[in-house]
Amino acid sequence: MRMRNIIYFIKEAMKSLRRNTLLTFATISTASICILILGIAVLITMNASQFMNKLESDVEIIAYMEKDTSGTQIASIKDSIKNIAGVKEVKFVSCEEALENLQESLGKDKYDLKETLEKNPLPDSYQIKTVNPHDVPEIAKRIELLANVKAVTYGKGIVERLFEVTKWVRLVSIFLIGLLAFGAIFLIATTIRLAIYARRKEIYLMKLIGATDGFIRWPFFIEGIILGSFGAAISIVVLALGYQSLIVRMDSLFFLPLITGQDALLVLYISLLITGMFLGVLGTLISINRFLDV
Amino acid sequence: MLVQFYNVSKIYPNGVKALDDISLKIDRGEFLFLMGPSGAGKSTLIKMLFREEKPTRGQIFIASRSVVRMKRSEIPSLRRSMGIVFQDFKLLESKTVSENVAFAMEVVGARNHEIKNRVPEVINMVGLKGKEDAFPGQLSGGEQQRVGIARAIANQPLILIADEPTGNLDIDTSNEIMDLLYSINRKGTTIIMATHAREIVKAAHKRVIMLEKGRIITDDSSGDYAL
Ligand SMILES: Nc1ncnc2c1ncn2[C@@H]1O[C@H](COP(=O)(O)OP(=O)(O)OP(=O)(O)O)[C@@H](O)[C@H]1O
Ligand SMILES: [Mg+2]
Repeated sequence: MRMRNIIYFIKEAMKSLRRNTLLTFATISTASICILILGIAVLITMNASQFMNKLESDVEIIAYMEKDTSGTQIASIKDSIKNIAGVKEVKFVSCEEALENLQESLGKDKYDLKETLEKNPLPDSYQIKTVNPHDVPEIAKRIELLANVKAVTYGKGIVERLFEVTKWVRLVSIFLIGLLAFGAIFLIATTIRLAIYARRKEIYLMKLIGATDGFIRWPFFIEGIILGSFGAAISIVVLALGYQSLIVRMDSLFFLPLITGQDALLVLYISLLITGMFLGVLGTLISINRFLDV
Repeated sequence: MLVQFYNVSKIYPNGVKALDDISLKIDRGEFLFLMGPSGAGKSTLIKMLFREEKPTRGQIFIASRSVVRMKRSEIPSLRRSMGIVFQDFKLLESKTVSENVAFAMEVVGARNHEIKNRVPEVINMVGLKGKEDAFPGQLSGGEQQRVGIARAIANQPLILIADEPTGNLDIDTSNEIMDLLYSINRKGTTIIMATHAREIVKAAHKRVIMLEKGRIITDDSSGDYAL
């Protein structure tokens, strides 16, 4: 494409945008609202997914040793556990530590467990984390088969249900985001179709004079890109400001850990901008061909 | 031969037979009138020339190129060899006279300096000097048609095609427009014009093709056709 043409196309696009102020405004608003909703949905999904990742990674296996297992045996069990594929971390919890933990969770003042129980009834144990939390049930089963392991727990039932829930939350949010993107494309296509419709006589004339399809299309593509990215820019500003103030306010409410990594957010904002341009191009593409059939 | 029609028929999708077995030849530099009652198929025939419509049967050649077999991507170059003048002018209301003419050159990718030179030249040729910056709404019908003609000849077409160019104009204005077309024709441009205006055709002594119900009933090159 020649430079001269690019300048002409951009000029034409700008002229058309200025000429149809109302339509321009309507399309930019539509685009920015769509992309804002899309951005909010993605942010919620990102946060939910981080939250779920955390929940999932908290899932651990506890393997209790037989009461009379010797120190060397305990050490060899650790090696056997480590050799199981998918195990990330193995931590030894002695029976004394276990008792202290129990004491702590009951409250120090009420009972003195050590005094009440003359002999520590708790066994030594291992806390095991897996690389992929979804492998927990499988790995737990294999640990249970090792010699000197008395019992294995990992919140059976609860873990499976948690995974079921997180799976559905992810599926539903992907579906919703897809739906919103589809809606955005449809709305932008409609507004650009109106812009094209307003200029159908001009397009018809251009065709009869001998303009190529590409020549007619380009200004509309540029128009679509400008509309889409402008709309995206507005929504990104709103989203960024809104989210930033949310982070500040939520700081005190520590129970909901928000994503605050500037890198992740930057990637999100740039993706939204690209999405805006892409929606603009796609909207134009859907709308224009019908008018070129002269 | 510039234009050749061989047994061309056109049946519209709704079943109307607009052209029925038309064969004709048009030479370079000719001035040809297409006449006939309303619905005879004049506009349909004209649309075949720049392939706004495709024939149902038959072949059309323009400058030895088949218009019928032409690929979609070749249509722009066909149309660039023609200028089209419309009954309703089809000017862009938001553009000035100069801009309307320049538009025709821009969309075919003419260079800026060519446009700068050519636009005043054709505006001068059609007698609109001084009206360059007027908008179509500020012009009379005759003046608007002059803009339409200026736009049609801006790219120096081989053929000028006009479908009832004087259809919306009074007799005096029509004659002025015709004088303009004759002068363009004298400079070598082939002109094909559909019209209902008998007085114009009678006075012109040019070739006349009479259509009726999609068929050629007379093709008189003397122009002394029986009214
Ligand atoms: N796009 C179309 N679809 C269906 N039928 C059409 C179409 N265009 C024209 N016709 C029909 O084809 C026939 C010829 O029409 P055409 O416009 O060529 O006539 P014309 O000679 O130009 O008439 P007029 O002098 O009124 O302009 C008419 O019966 C018309 O109704
Ligand atoms: Mg007609």
